[in-house]
Amino acid sequence: MAEVIIQNITKTYEKGTVKALDNVSFSVKSGELFGLIGADGAGKSTLFRILTTLLIADSGTATVAGFDVVKEFNEIRKIVGYMPGKFSLYQDLSIEENLNFFATVFGTTVEENYELIREIYVQIEPFKKRLAGQLSGGMKQKLALCCALIHEPKVLFLDEPTTGVDPVSRKEFWEMLERLKERGITIIVSTPYMDEAKLCDRIALIQNSKILDIDTLEGILSKNKQNLFAVSSDKMYQLLKDLRAYPDTISCFAFGQKHHLQLKTNENSLNNLMPYLEQKGHSNIAIKAVSPDIEDTFIKLMQDA
Amino acid sequence: MKLFFAFIRKEFWHVLRDTRSLIILLGLPVMMMLLFGFALSNEVKNSNIGILDLSHDESTIQLANRFDQSRYFSVIKKLTRESEIGEAFRKNELRMVAIFPPNFQDNLSHNKQTQIRFIGDATDPNTSNIMINYASAIIRDYQNEILGEQKLLYRIELESSMLYNPKLSSAFNFVPGVMTLILMLLGAMMTSVSIVKEKEKGTMEILLVSPMRPIMVVITKAIPYLLLCFVDVLLILLLAYTVLDMPMRGNIALLLAESILFIFTTLSLGLLISNLVNTQQVAMFISLVGLLMPALIFSGFMFPLENMPLPMQIISNLIPTKWFYSIVSTIMVKGLGIEYIWKQTLILVGMTIFYLTIALKKFKIRLE
Repeated sequence: MAEVIIQNITKTYEKGTVKALDNVSFSVKSGELFGLIGADGAGKSTLFRILTTLLIADSGTATVAGFDVVKEFNEIRKIVGYMPGKFSLYQDLSIEENLNFFATVFGTTVEENYELIREIYVQIEPFKKRLAGQLSGGMKQKLALCCALIHEPKVLFLDEPTTGVDPVSRKEFWEMLERLKERGITIIVSTPYMDEAKLCDRIALIQNSKILDIDTLEGILSKNKQNLFAVSSDKMYQLLKDLRAYPDTISCFAFGQKHHLQLKTNENSLNNLMPYLEQKGHSNIAIKAVSPDIEDTFIKLMQDA
Repeated sequence: MKLFFAFIRKEFWHVLRDTRSLIILLGLPVMMMLLFGFALSNEVKNSNIGILDLSHDESTIQLANRFDQSRYFSVIKKLTRESEIGEAFRKNELRMVAIFPPNFQDNLSHNKQTQIRFIGDATDPNTSNIMINYASAIIRDYQNEILGEQKLLYRIELESSMLYNPKLSSAFNFVPGVMTLILMLLGAMMTSVSIVKEKEKGTMEILLVSPMRPIMVVITKAIPYLLLCFVDVLLILLLAYTVLDMPMRGNIALLLAESILFIFTTLSLGLLISNLVNTQQVAMFISLVGLLMPALIFSGFMFPLENMPLPMQIISNLIPTKWFYSIVSTIMVKGLGIEYIWKQTLILVGMTIFYLTIALKKFKIRLE
């Protein structure tokens, strides 16, 4: 059963001159942990705001838990939890005060739903008297998640919850999402971090207001097989330029310590590469076939689009 | 109801934890009252004047003493030549000089006629006018005393009395003025800024995506500020009564009720502003330039409305401060009751309903 259905949503700003979402359609199954992956400005936040009834799309329809986002916005507001991309709690209120306040706003109490947030809350409880404005990035996000969860929402919208959070807190945060999913909450989460894609049941890759692909991570990777190699030498910068000049190169970009090179699939493209690089004066050359990960695939999809 | 109190408590936390806005809320009225009461006065009190006495006889010495003893003047310089006058004015030593011509007493007793010349520094025209009037009054009194011994055939006695404010104390004018300005500024500015802050900080976004009615945010914002503005009214009245010796002639309960009405007017203006803008800076700018300036000009507190050109007089009717100022001075200074201010009261009620209706109609239940 689909919990969230988005059909042909288009949204523009500045009287139609800036396109934020271009004919976007997909659906999220009930109880799914769904990732929306894309760079800043891709249109993720706009989509979240349309689904949380904060914005009205120019065209297209969307439903959340069966309710129309425009006509039945009041029903949706009762059953969703929303954590905006920017930290949006009261900075001059303490952890405890924020949580109690939002519990009241949602017509419940902290005690009533304590079980739901317990795991997350115990981590920030020692600082419960501290003002929210003085918390670290990770603690702020944990508090915001508590506030979004306090009324036991059916659908949880998290807009870049791990941006600006340290790696340890990021990992903890995703573990929490996993446990929330086990409780049957449908979660839609957006992130600019490609490595978080593998933690989602399904992902949608979004770029320049368009959806590039929607599938499980494995599905997307297997659909986008590439002739990909990791190449290194002792002159890495020169190597990048030379690889891009190589006639059989489709694309090449820096990828950590190595360069990722996508070659045309003809017979000699790989065989001629080593002599070509030696001729260019490179030494200590290493060429290794790699299977593309999500980042490689994303770049390929961007080039194809 | 529980939600309502949760919001009110939250608003009080915001206000009480923000030292800056607390200082503005409670410090500004005190500061303005003390400034207007002691520093910024257009009353003439112990103004420095000089005497150029060219006859130096019994009468002129007597008159010079009278000037010095009056509470309006103090004679700080005796001049000897007319050429010194310009110098004294240029140095800002003196505000006015009285010149007694030679043979003052002789002329007075034998020819029954003499002259006195006043020279004032009219850089500030109002003050110098007032000073010349006071000085003339002193001379008139003296003249009447001499005349009193003789019987004159025709005589018109002038007797003027200043109603409601016999001592011409400026507090009677500025206390209602300060009250009007403070309520206008704080009511509209603080409310609009604090609502816009919710938009700017993103908290409005979360509150909108919740089951509560969004209008709750707005209504609960108004209540703490209503209370704080009311505290300001009490503070101003207390200072007026204790420090500035201003009598409270009318019904205090009526005055407080009218104040609450005006606070409602300014709060609804604040709500209206908060619906139109998205940043705290713009909200503050609109409150200061768009509200405080007209409030200052068109209340009748600094500049008499009767002297303004007709178009400006018409505009002044649209400014709520004009009506509240008139209400406060009618109650406080003239001691009159509701039968004299029902018209102003109705106008304020009308304005409040008007602003509030637009504000609530314009209230956005989404982000755009």
